[in-house]
Amino acid sequence: MRARQALLLPTVIALSGCSGWQSALDTHGPHADSLARLFWIFLAILGTVWIVTILMLLLALRQRRAPVDDPLMTRPGTERRMTIVVSSAVALTVLTVMSLTIVSYGAQRVLFAGKDGPLTLLVTGEQFWWKVQYEDASPARTFTTANEIHIPVGEKVLIKLEASDVIHSFWVPSLNGKLDAIPGRQNQIEIQADRPGIYRGQCAEFCGWQHAHMGLLIVVEPREDFERWRNGQIGAAHIPDDPEEQKGMEVFMTRPCIMCHQIRGTSAGGKVAPDLTHVGSRRYIGAGILPTTRGNIAAWIVDPQGIKPGVHMPLVPLAPEEIQPLATYLESLK
Amino acid sequence: MKPIWLLPAAFLVLSACEREKREFRPPQVSEETDEKVALSSLSAGSSPPTQETSGKGKKFEENAYHISEGQRLYTWFNCNGCHANGGGDSGPPLMDESWIYGGSIENIVQTIREGRPNGMPSFRGRIPDEQIWQIAAYVRSMGRYTPKAASPARKDDMHPGPAEQRRPPAEMNQGGTVPPSAQMPQ
Repeated sequence: MRARQALLLPTVIALSGCSGWQSALDTHGPHADSLARLFWIFLAILGTVWIVTILMLLLALRQRRAPVDDPLMTRPGTERRMTIVVSSAVALTVLTVMSLTIVSYGAQRVLFAGKDGPLTLLVTGEQFWWKVQYEDASPARTFTTANEIHIPVGEKVLIKLEASDVIHSFWVPSLNGKLDAIPGRQNQIEIQADRPGIYRGQCAEFCGWQHAHMGLLIVVEPREDFERWRNGQIGAAHIPDDPEEQKGMEVFMTRPCIMCHQIRGTSAGGKVAPDLTHVGSRRYIGAGILPTTRGNIAAWIVDPQGIKPGVHMPLVPLAPEEIQPLATYLESLK
Repeated sequence: MKPIWLLPAAFLVLSACEREKREFRPPQVSEETDEKVALSSLSAGSSPPTQETSGKGKKFEENAYHISEGQRLYTWFNCNGCHANGGGDSGPPLMDESWIYGGSIENIVQTIREGRPNGMPSFRGRIPDEQIWQIAAYVRSMGRYTPKAASPARKDDMHPGPAEQRRPPAEMNQGGTVPPSAQMPQ
């Protein structure tokens, strides 16, 4: 009874990992579909092989051969039977390995089929966040954002992967497999989502202290919603007319914030930290660590190293009366 | 005999694995320290110029984490735009033993905070003070004024010479040399 209970818990935990917004088995696109299919085929074939092997082993352990007088004496009937069993096992092994290779090859053809998405993104892995640049033939329609990627539903999107410091790995389990982002070179991966929704991604290559908190969000929406979002993101940040927000903007522009962060349409032009032009429109701050609320923004500014130890955002000493307006201003950047 | 003595021995060996503590989180309310440093070894009278430092510098220049953070910030804040990789360009070199405004970490911190004539901008209020100390610690490691174990090892990028850790240690040079503005015109 005890043992069964003890077995039940890990099973439930393991199965609960199979659904949700970040699961390779809860697929929402053709690439992830083909990977999941591959997974189930491998599981079925190799599971069968394992069960047959264990059964044969148990059979062999149970059946004892009768003692023979002369060990060197052979019986032709037994010899022939053993030859058939061994050669068919060898043939089956070769067949299994070959068919798994062919199935994998077929799946790879789907994964690396076309590299001509109408939408091209340059995603750069940074310690510990994702820089996202939307490319376009017209330079005026390119823009930079961070940690939240919007894509239109049912369309192929080409993602060019780069890294600025160490090796990261781009992984959105519901849409495709992993691909490393390596400093000094560019890798390309294609994603496509067949259903609108929000899917979570994660860095899948250990990259430092906050590797586990290097998340990203893929928001899949209909084409017109996506266009509306993109046009909003292309525009410069709004200039506040509310006095509290104006004070917050003044704090931002006169403090060390501007050394690293950019807010398009203002004098802040730092490029080494996430672009904050529309930070209030993103669902999370700090690469998925806290939902975007005024309180969380204030908490993040006051104690970044307490929330995410080792993150590159430093503790900037600010007066208590400066923090509230600053958080209000940043939250207003929709 | 049971190898019971192996247990304390293993414990001793493993306890050596922790090299130093990474201090991610500086004190929440930190004031800029007051460093009284001399910019030159010259002074009126027979005694050398008085110096009074907070002692904070030791914590930074002997800590590998602070120095490597300084190395990252050195390019983030574009120090290499003028000082190159320490060899100097439009700004003076940082890896040799000649220091115009003093070579101790307090002198360097002061130089970054206040700026210096002929091009060095002031970064007070632009870079948080803890990070100024980290950058200064890295500048000290360029000429190997820092312990070997704390100095940065080889970078992943292209590197113009041996890593800081592999450079020969330098002699401490208190005070500064004659600044260009005080030199005789030639």
